[in-house]
Amino acid sequence: MAQLQEATIKEVKVQSPRATMYMGMLKRFLQNKLAVVAGFFIVLLIGSALFAPAVAPYDPGAQDYTKIMNSPSAEHWMGTDEIGRDIFSRVIFGARVSLQAGLISVAIALGVGIPVGLIAGYYRGFLDEIIMRITDALLSFPSLVLALALAAVLGAGLENAMIAIGIVLTPNFIRLVRAEVLAHREREYVEAAKASGLRDWRVILVHIFPNTLAPMMVQATLAIASAIISEASLSYLGLGTQPPTPSWGAMLSAGQGYLADAPWIAIAPGIFIFLTVISINLFGDGVRDMLDPKLK
Amino acid sequence: MQACEKQQPQVSLLEVRSLKKYFPVGKPGLFSREKQEVKAVDDISFSVKKGETLGIVGESGCGKSTMGRAILQLQAPTGGEVLFEGQDISKLSKKEIRDLRKDIQIIFQDPFGSLNQRMTVGAMLSEIVHVHKIVPKEKELNYVQKLLQDVGLRAEHYWRYPHEFSGGQRQRISIARALAVRPKLIICDEAVSALDVSVQAQVLNLLQKLKQKYQLTYIFISHDLSVVKHISDRVGVMYLGKMVELADKHEMYSNPQHPYTKALFSAIPDVSSQAKKERVVLKGDVPSPLDIPSGCRFHSRCPLATDKCKAEAPEFRDLNRVHKAACHYV
Repeated sequence: MAQLQEATIKEVKVQSPRATMYMGMLKRFLQNKLAVVAGFFIVLLIGSALFAPAVAPYDPGAQDYTKIMNSPSAEHWMGTDEIGRDIFSRVIFGARVSLQAGLISVAIALGVGIPVGLIAGYYRGFLDEIIMRITDALLSFPSLVLALALAAVLGAGLENAMIAIGIVLTPNFIRLVRAEVLAHREREYVEAAKASGLRDWRVILVHIFPNTLAPMMVQATLAIASAIISEASLSYLGLGTQPPTPSWGAMLSAGQGYLADAPWIAIAPGIFIFLTVISINLFGDGVRDMLDPKLK
Repeated sequence: MQACEKQQPQVSLLEVRSLKKYFPVGKPGLFSREKQEVKAVDDISFSVKKGETLGIVGESGCGKSTMGRAILQLQAPTGGEVLFEGQDISKLSKKEIRDLRKDIQIIFQDPFGSLNQRMTVGAMLSEIVHVHKIVPKEKELNYVQKLLQDVGLRAEHYWRYPHEFSGGQRQRISIARALAVRPKLIICDEAVSALDVSVQAQVLNLLQKLKQKYQLTYIFISHDLSVVKHISDRVGVMYLGKMVELADKHEMYSNPQHPYTKALFSAIPDVSSQAKKERVVLKGDVPSPLDIPSGCRFHSRCPLATDKCKAEAPEFRDLNRVHKAACHYV
């Protein structure tokens, strides 16, 4: 069956070469079953976060004192928490906060880290020295302490927490990008690009940057995970999302106290954090392989 | 046209005057005596006439490639002048150097490392054509595909990635990249050394064909004496950052003068001649470029060396109209 399909695809190869190139990329991505499943899960998660009021069976804030710490049942799929709120509904609403925290803070870190790292690595010299010492200083703080300090300065709230987490994550990206650029800038293809008379920005963006993407993709997906956890910690300390707004991190830390009596309170958001992180990771791997022309 | 080709090219396209490239080694620390330098290229002068091929030979690490890169301003020279069409190109601004790339190009040794793995051949070549505005935008595709055919590839290779090609084909892509800007001078830095012998011959023939078609001038850097003999009009021999001998090809291969050149050429295996050639075997190794011998750099290994050689560096002087060498005893 599979062979039959491939044969027919080869027949239709009369499209423009550029279109076939993109078709090839899509085909490569679809071959990676894990990445497809992961992508499907992420889409589902984002969809249910967007339409949370329609998806969630209960109001995430509604307390029902007749059903405190009930175990999972047909009525409450993931049970209820210590004040009788439906955990499934809270997980759905919590996805809003956690996905935002993960994606936006990593976007901030990438947005600052990539250009700074590219410049530091390509031009070296005094500027590089200064940038590296600043990242050293930032990295020397325990990340949570730094996030806490920044969030405290900026003020409580989700937006400020995301900015704080983004700043904390940035040095890692600067270092990673810089290291990659250092490895690539001495390669002959970069020298050849310079010898062709291309401007620096073209050499950096068109030639070096795409070659540094693979490790960055991995680092970014891992950073999303740690951002979700950091947001949780900040919320727990009262500097992130403010109660009663549900977030996975806050739910996880709230559930800690009841692990012996009602483990589902912590397990439900924990499983979602785990699934989200691993999905983003697998999806990122799939995209990385899709963009690598050597894997055909 | 015929007459034109027969005429000896006389105009000097490139003139190198006491070119120097030193690399600092390590930072001068608190207790270190002085800053050490590797003198990769030390005071080299020669000129290249329009339309000729100048071969440069020498052992690994003698500074051949560094010299090529310094001429191209890929690495700023430490000293000396490089005159291209009469203009000193060693003191140009960044922008002027970019414009200069239209006239001087380079073909690198490694056909695997010198192509960007993430770009199709077409994207890479079109970018260069586009940046230098070689042809109007609507003609770019056509121009690049013609270029690919010029170097013996096919038009549809435009859409392929470098890893889909063999070593020889990749080197053809490198040649196409150098040709894309319609340069006057191409520096071939060990351009065929990474290829196996049959492919080497193909690429060498291609280079010669292109030279005729586009009136190119080559500086052909190689450690392979037979390749250099095949392609060059004149040959220069380098030892430890210096040029020790420079002569017309036939003069050089039939009548080498410098003891280093003699030793080098005696190492060429010869299957045809019956007479047993005298093999000159040098003693010792090439000295470290950090610790260059005094006087003539070759004196530590030279069979003819005397006290004068230890004390005094020989001048690079004319032996006859087509022959120069740096030795006290030739």
